[in-house]
Parts: sequence; C-alpha cells; structure tokens
Amino acid sequence: MDEAALRLSLVLATLTTLLLLVLGLPLAHWLATSRLRWKFLVEAVVALPLVLPPTVLGFYLLFGLGPRSPLGRAWEAVVGHRFPFSFEGLVIASVLYSMPFAVQPFATAISAVDRRLVEASHGLGVSPLGTFFRVTLPLSWNGILAGAVLTFAHTLGEFGVVLMVGGNIAGETRTLSIAIFDHVEALEYGAANRTSALLLGLSFGVLVLVYALQRRPFFRWNER
Amino acid sequence: MLPKVTIPALALALAAPALAGGGGAPRTLSVAAAANLEPALAELGAAFEAGHPGVEVRATLGASGNFFAQIRNGAPFDVFLSADTEYPRRCVEAGLGREEDLAVYAVGRLVAWAPAGSRLELEGRGLAALADPAVKKLAIANPALAPYGRAAEAALRAAGVLDAVRARLVLGTNVAQAAQFAQSGAADAALVPYSLTFSPALRGGKVFPVPAGSAPALAQSALVLAGAREPALGRAFVRFVAGPEGHAILARYGYAPP
Repeated sequence: MDEAALRLSLVLATLTTLLLLVLGLPLAHWLATSRLRWKFLVEAVVALPLVLPPTVLGFYLLFGLGPRSPLGRAWEAVVGHRFPFSFEGLVIASVLYSMPFAVQPFATAISAVDRRLVEASHGLGVSPLGTFFRVTLPLSWNGILAGAVLTFAHTLGEFGVVLMVGGNIAGETRTLSIAIFDHVEALEYGAANRTSALLLGLSFGVLVLVYALQRRPFFRWNER
Repeated sequence: MLPKVTIPALALALAAPALAGGGGAPRTLSVAAAANLEPALAELGAAFEAGHPGVEVRATLGASGNFFAQIRNGAPFDVFLSADTEYPRRCVEAGLGREEDLAVYAVGRLVAWAPAGSRLELEGRGLAALADPAVKKLAIANPALAPYGRAAEAALRAAGVLDAVRARLVLGTNVAQAAQFAQSGAADAALVPYSLTFSPALRGGKVFPVPAGSAPALAQSALVLAGAREPALGRAFVRFVAGPEGHAILARYGYAPP
C-alpha cells in the first residue's frame, strides 16, 4: 500500500482547497458582483485550466518558474529550494490547475444570493466584509461547499502537471495518481488495483458525504 | 469456361495494387523504440525507407518497461526496440514474439551529463562529484521502467554515492524526460544514455562516461512482435538495424556494435 503517496495526496488536496477558499472567495465575489466592462477577460483566465491540457501548464511552470527564469530564482531565494520537484511547487501548480473548479461554483453561488438582502445589510450600516460573512456566505455555503469538494477531488486526481513538474520523489512529489501509473507500467496490477480501489472509494465517499449533507441536486449551482 | 477465368482474374486485378503497395496507401511499420534511440531514429528510419519504397517507419518513443506493459496488453506495434535484452526476452517468454526474431542491435553506454556552465568536477572526481552539495537535484530515468534508470542506480552504487544522493534523485518517466529535467536546469545533472548527448538540445554540455564495469552493459535488443501487422517488413527492419548499415548509423550516436 502506498501510504506515503496517500498521505501526500491528502495533504496536497487539503492545502490546495484551503488556499483556494482564501484566494478564490474574494475573486469569486468580485466576479459575481463587479460591473467592470473587462470582467470577461478575468473570467476567461480563471477558466483556462478547464480547457488547457495539463501538459501546457506543466511546461510553462517548469520553464517559467525553473531555476533559469528570474521568477524561479526569486522563488528559490524566498522559499529556500527550487520550484520544480518540490512539494511547494506542487501546491502552486494545483492551485492554478484547480482554480476554475473552486472559483466558478463560488461565483455562481454568490451571484445567486438575493441582492436585496445584501443591499439591506449595507443600508443597515454593516460593512462590506461584515455583510459578506454574515449574509452572502451563509446564503451561498451550498455552492461554496460544492466548489471546495470539487477542488479537493480534482486535486486528488491530478496527474499530468505532477508528472511534468514533480519528478516522482517518494514522500515529496509522488502522489497517488503517479504511484498508480508506476504500478501499472511496472505490471504490478495487484498494487495498482489496491491503490486505485482506495482512490475510488475515497472519491465516492467524499461525494456521498456532500450529497447527504446537501440533500439537494449536487449541480444546483449550474442551474442558478 | 469464360466466367471461371474472368472472376479470379478480376479479383486479382482489383487486389494487385494493394498487394504491390504501389498506387495505394503507403505501408507503415509501427516501431516502439526506447527513448535513448531518439537522436538516431530519424536517420535509421529514413535509411530503411530509402531501401523500401512505399514504406513509412512510424516510431513511438518511451521507456522500455512502459512498452513492455503496453505490448503485454496488445499494443499494435510491429517491432520493439528495447533499451535492454530483458524486456524482449520476457516478451518471448510470454509468447509475444519468437526467439529467432530477437536480435541484439547495439550496446549503449551511460554518461553523466551537466550543462556547459556547470562547475561539477566530473572529469576529476568521476561520479563521486554528484554527491557535491551543489547538486540539489540529480535526474535519472525511473528504474522501475527504464533499463538506463536501473543502470544509473547501479553506477551510483558502484561509485559509493547512491545513499548520499538518494534524497536528491528525481525520476523521469523515461530517459528523455530525465535529460529534459537537467537540460532545463530544473535538475543540476542527469545520468542518461550517451546517445542522447548527440541531440541538439544536449550538445555542448559536459559529458562524463560512466566507467565500464560500474554499471551493467546495456545490450539493446530488437524483437518482431507476434501481433505484427507487417511481420515480413518488421523482420527486414530488425535485420537492417542489427546489420552493418544500422551499426554504421548507430555508431555515429555513440553506440557500440554488439
């Protein structure tokens, strides 16, 4: 059993989800409420990882944040080691790669909140931040939970980017999906099956939990 | 009497272009080739095509272990050019090819490669230089899938530095990815097949041949696969690669004859 790989994937998915909650919620709020003319450009950038092959992201990350680029050298100076082949690198890659899976459901949920309630809160003198936490967030938690779960599950299943920038280091960048790939290629079908079944069960369990918690169609945020 | 003659004649006339391969679609030979052959493959293919008009050699590159798994699962290749003899032999044992269709076509060698500006003293200290703290990441091919990855591990062990560098090893899915890791600067050095240092991207870097005896010899074998759609063409290709013409080309990419 690939315990180290399992632990690594779970930590990676959890960190990515937390980071995308912190970064994605303000971004989603802005996308849902802004009337800026050029907003669609930002929307397109956020959605890019949906359509790009992971190899494109991996390629640009490897060279854009590698030790030969100024950005990569700055990263190394701050973090202490290089972007490629490091766990921190995988976290950054995962945040970019899973961005639409968090931000789009968040934005849809936030934009579905009745504007009159938000305006009433403003009218009663509650600050925008207070309104966000006391009105918008409680009313859109369903979609936010959906986005968080999708992000977690998507990161758990991430493969292409990790294959390109990870370097397959045990306990550091060998995630569950890479371990399964290695087992299959080495014809260790028994081990591949054990790990795959675990991932299948885990993914199913997470989704069942969310369905049960919501007791509503999961893709409600798609319908508005 | 007349129809009896006409119908077979007609069938033959219709089938003739396909049999001759002249006017119809070109015949393709599908080759699964170990990634270390990348620099030499275009030339090998072109030379074979020149001697066989209407034939196109279509190669797929990857780790030999990777191909072995694919072939076991029915991948439609005609010829397997492995980086070792072990995988083709296991194919034969599994009934995926015949013993007489197996031939050693080259002997490869392992080298340490570092970018031109690297300060590693590979010439002076040999592979022991790789244990230097300046080497933060050392790229090799995944030993589970690539014979050259296993050879790299063996060479590091023989040099007494495997334990020292183990935490700094990064594994490419095949030798080409290991080389790319070092070439892009993401890793500081790589242990790769000598042949890859003839590719334009790696040319000009520092090359240090791993001493003979510290890594297993890499006798690379070819096999015509039992499921080949072009078995005759496959045998011709293996004879060509393992023959004098193939050796002349392979020698230019650092391979020794078997």
